[in-house]
Amino acid sequence: MKKFLSGNEAFAEGIRLARPEVISAYPITPQTIVVERLSEMVENGSLKSEYVHVESEHSALSCAMGASATGARAFTATSSQGLLYMAECLYYAAGGRFPIVMMNADRSTALPWNIYGDQRDSLSQLDSGWIQSYAENAQEALDLALMSYRIAEDKRVSTPYMANLDGFVLTHTYEKVDIPTEEEADRFLPAYETDNRIDFDNPKNMAFSAGPDTNFIFKYKAHEGILAAKEVIKETENEFEAIFGRRYSGLIENYLTDDAEYIIVTLGSIAGLCRKTADRLREQGIRAGVVRIRYMRPFPNEEIAEALSSAKAYAVLEKDISFGNEGTVFTNVNSAVKKENGKAEGYNFIGGLGGRNISASDIENIYESIIKGTDRVTFIGTGGGNNG
Amino acid sequence: MRPYIREKKVFGFDDVPENTCFEAGYLVTVNSGWRSIRPVVNTDKCVGCEQCYLYCPDGVISIKDNKAVIDYDFCKGCGICAKICKPGAIETEAERK
Amino acid sequence: MANKIADSISREEFFYGHKACAGCGGSLAVRAALKVLGPNAVSVLPAGCMSAVGFNFPQLCFSNNSIISTFAGTASMLTGIEAGLRAKGYKDFTAVGFAGDGGTADIGIQALSGAIDRNDNIIYICYDNEAYMNTGIQKSGLTPFGARTTTTPAGSNIHGNIRPKKNMFEIVAAHGIPYAATASVGYIGDFIAKVQKASQIQGTKYIHVIAPCPTGWGVAVDETVEIAKEVVDSGLWYLAEYENGEYRLTHRPKEFTSAEAYLKRQGRFRHLTEDDIKVITDSRDEKWKFIEKNFIV
Repeated sequence: MKKFLSGNEAFAEGIRLARPEVISAYPITPQTIVVERLSEMVENGSLKSEYVHVESEHSALSCAMGASATGARAFTATSSQGLLYMAECLYYAAGGRFPIVMMNADRSTALPWNIYGDQRDSLSQLDSGWIQSYAENAQEALDLALMSYRIAEDKRVSTPYMANLDGFVLTHTYEKVDIPTEEEADRFLPAYETDNRIDFDNPKNMAFSAGPDTNFIFKYKAHEGILAAKEVIKETENEFEAIFGRRYSGLIENYLTDDAEYIIVTLGSIAGLCRKTADRLREQGIRAGVVRIRYMRPFPNEEIAEALSSAKAYAVLEKDISFGNEGTVFTNVNSAVKKENGKAEGYNFIGGLGGRNISASDIENIYESIIKGTDRVTFIGTGGGNNG
Repeated sequence: MRPYIREKKVFGFDDVPENTCFEAGYLVTVNSGWRSIRPVVNTDKCVGCEQCYLYCPDGVISIKDNKAVIDYDFCKGCGICAKICKPGAIETEAERK
Repeated sequence: MANKIADSISREEFFYGHKACAGCGGSLAVRAALKVLGPNAVSVLPAGCMSAVGFNFPQLCFSNNSIISTFAGTASMLTGIEAGLRAKGYKDFTAVGFAGDGGTADIGIQALSGAIDRNDNIIYICYDNEAYMNTGIQKSGLTPFGARTTTTPAGSNIHGNIRPKKNMFEIVAAHGIPYAATASVGYIGDFIAKVQKASQIQGTKYIHVIAPCPTGWGVAVDETVEIAKEVVDSGLWYLAEYENGEYRLTHRPKEFTSAEAYLKRQGRFRHLTEDDIKVITDSRDEKWKFIEKNFIV
């Protein structure tokens, strides 16, 4: 069934199909529509779930962990300040290997206050141990909602999953979305089975302390779990295509990269405009390409290195800055390229902070700058680099 | 049923669970080394009133044949039992190490 | 010789082999409550003494299902567990939290308030040892007036903590909670009866139990129960219930024992002047006027 839905609504539809048994919800702009739609679905009976009105984001994730510790499938959603407020619980959930799914509406973080989209909230939590996906459009948002549980709950992975949607640009933009049937969804996503739970026949002590003798082993295993998601994501997407007919490309999505000399690496909803700009440059004889990162964790080191292997230069365009250094996505991409002895020259473009528009001409300028060579890090719009 | 001492073993890589979820009530060490005093039940005086059993913070006292019995593996020697005992059936003596 | 209280609770031990200090009042409260609630209790303990002493892999000291929550998240994790187990079709279980005074009255009060607001079907037990004992005796919102802690030193200018305890019992009751109670490990039968009662009531239940810490209070390790009794006998703590919108006293001392004697036997109060002690006894008397007026006595 096709419907016009916003990114938030599409994600909520995906969650309905995934049938979480417990939903803990606390509102924050621009995530609110997700928790509103889910409450309506519970009200009208299209979703059978315990819907808990928690009093904060910290409690939202704490509640989801409690639910997950009973073996229940749990969902929550947040954004920005809320994500930061629950930060303690992010690490906790990952360490406990609770495969909770959380939608994050990517939004700027205060100060100054700002409700619009950038990716500084989720990118600041890359080290928390969660899988992180970044959707480009509403259809992908819905599909990721469905795939997320299968990936997170896979025994090899057992890792919580943060599905990121660009605030407003994606969460509030309406597109035509294909909604799978419940039968299809049930065929795709099995019920959650786990030993990592309260068990009245064989009682468990959970979320315990581990001293220096064993602590590192728990951490190593968590690391292996999230790395295993690389393979599981591939398998899940194959299975998804077999049932729903839509194909996804794994950790990254390449556009014209096979022969590209100049490539923009980015993530989220801005990728579409990058592709259009690349098309236009191609008409002018410039071999432009785009890499869209779909997963920041596990990080697609090999895939990115491969995609950039024949490029002369690349630009990482991101809505983030790690103050005192550079954009975090750039740090990650640069490391991936260097690990494989990549020769492409790397540049970093910081844009879209606090929801500032990134225009087609901004993107053209990025390509032009990396063809000529520019500063290592450029804040778009500040007059720095070649992007005045 | 109460948590009990398991066979001694080193928890190597494969023994450590994938998650932070493990068998409840799994003990590998005792607390007897903590004691500086040792409560001793005088079974002639013990009337089985169970006050010591109720008030022991460590739960190491049980009642068998209407007399208090102390699990010295886990008694820390706090002496609450001796204080609480109205008939004075629990005496404390210095723990010989 | 039969002991009715002992016969009314499980003979099993659910919290055993833990590394709490000798004479720990908190461990006594947890032990007694779990013996009431039995093997189908699911306990949630936040960061704090009882989790620190009971959950060091591979030494795991609870024989029932138990989990550590975040410091602030006792109540919210209880909520999730209760909702999850219910969603999974379980009926015969009790979700019970054991948080200290800091975990309850300070960092955990928001989550606790939220759980009461939702009337989640949980029991929340605050074992109150009147300071952050696990981290080394720092002042909490439930540290009493005058007490010396490592962050409220008793000097010649300031004599320890300058503020009275937060009134958690009435704060909780003000939510319109189905059941709340105060207790003390010095009156273990009263505490056990309240846990039993709580386990029969639907909705949120809160029990606030005084649980002395010999280390932090400056008393001998064998004095825990005595001092927990004396705080009630001297009128500085009271045993009560809140149910159906009414407060009820469950124990009424005929006449108070000396508050000064109670205070002076503890290291944390030894510095108090006569004036300080007068402040404490005056506020006790005020409190009891309030109790006489507003509680069913």
